[in-house]
Amino acid sequence: MGLDVEALLEKAQQGDKRSTARLISGVEAGGEAAETVLSRLWPHTGRAKVIGITGPPGSGKSTMTDKLAKYWRAQGLRIGIVAIDPTSPFSGGAILGDRVRMSDLTLDAGVFVRSMGTRGQLGGLSSACVGAVNVLDACGCDLVIIETVGVGQSEIEVVNVADVVAVVTVPGLGDDVQAIKAGIFEIGDLFVVNKADRPGADRTASELRSMLSLEEDERKRRMPVLLVTAAQNEGIEKLCQTMERLFDSMQESGMIEQRRSARLRQELLTLIQDEFGRRVINPVLTSPAFQEDFDNFLARRENPYLWVGDMMNKITEGRLL
Amino acid sequence: MSEQSEKKIRVLIAKPGLDGHDRGAKVVARALRDAGFEVIYTGLRQTPEQIVAAAIEEDVDAVGMSLLSGAHNYLFPKVVDMLKEQGAGDILVFGGGVIPEEDIPGLKEAGVAEIFTPGTPTDATVEFLRQRLG
Repeated sequence: MGLDVEALLEKAQQGDKRSTARLISGVEAGGEAAETVLSRLWPHTGRAKVIGITGPPGSGKSTMTDKLAKYWRAQGLRIGIVAIDPTSPFSGGAILGDRVRMSDLTLDAGVFVRSMGTRGQLGGLSSACVGAVNVLDACGCDLVIIETVGVGQSEIEVVNVADVVAVVTVPGLGDDVQAIKAGIFEIGDLFVVNKADRPGADRTASELRSMLSLEEDERKRRMPVLLVTAAQNEGIEKLCQTMERLFDSMQESGMIEQRRSARLRQELLTLIQDEFGRRVINPVLTSPAFQEDFDNFLARRENPYLWVGDMMNKITEGRLL
Repeated sequence: MSEQSEKKIRVLIAKPGLDGHDRGAKVVARALRDAGFEVIYTGLRQTPEQIVAAAIEEDVDAVGMSLLSGAHNYLFPKVVDMLKEQGAGDILVFGGGVIPEEDIPGLKEAGVAEIFTPGTPTDATVEFLRQRLG
């Protein structure tokens, strides 16, 4: 791909958005291009604070992200936003529409917005999304906001990338029951009931609070539940200040460090799995020799499970080629 | 195992100016998604500045604009020029909407790669983009 990462990084740090965009594209390209970009940016990462906003479709995450960004911009912070929408498992395409709610930010020199698809990952984030966060970090963002798909029960990966995660819900979605199901309660550091001008908002908030009060973990019991009407910019200042306080206390308790080490571990695991698939597994599965074996499996002349064991031995003993 | 190494074509779909009818834009956006593209949909009332800034941030391969209000002869070339000025002249620009036939040659001369008028099957847009960007 021939990217001059250092040159792009220097321009990006001085505010050139095209350079930042090019670096993110390098990461999205995967393979060697991504490895080059990520490894050269590595020494420049680790500064930015990362916030995750997750929740079901229609909960107003993009509008909220827009308002949060505006609040923190007014404090003088440089902000990066990664807005993630689902990639269609059928067509491989995606409509990335979060920018619609963030139009005002487009011309702000201190805010960088990138829209990304989940691209085949079953959870909420792809490794390219994590890479994009690293790029924004290296390019000088003080804060990176990740806004994820959030279909409710599988957004467990955002907690591996963000320092603080806000779970957004709206009144009347039946979330009081849904939240009990595994996952959603585990990943959040705070709950936000958005569209609080709708009927049932107070009830939703108090139901969440009473469920939290039953938690064994003291930290979970004390999870804030905030009411916000993002579209009217109500409750946003309190939300931001709550997240700032949470970050500070998590940093003191060592939890931020824990999160970041889990993030690196997750990232490495995903990168290795992707590369392994690309370089080792896919060539095998697309080879004519395998097609023959596969026909034998279907005809029950050979045992596929023995094949798997044999293949693993070949790989670990370096006999694959 | 993962489809991340597959190169995705990224297209920005925008409605510049004050026209509020976005059905056509949404139809095209959906068709492009079904064809495997990533469509960054920026919505209504975008200024040329906003369209160009977003196209650069998103590092798109193409920008598609839909306009029904008649301001295409001004707005479309403006976007082409601004992309060039900001070093993004390699981004393909195409358009659609209520565009009179006689305006099309002028627009193409100004750098708009293609115009898709109402009634054109979305396949045509998909094929065009695939050929130019695949």
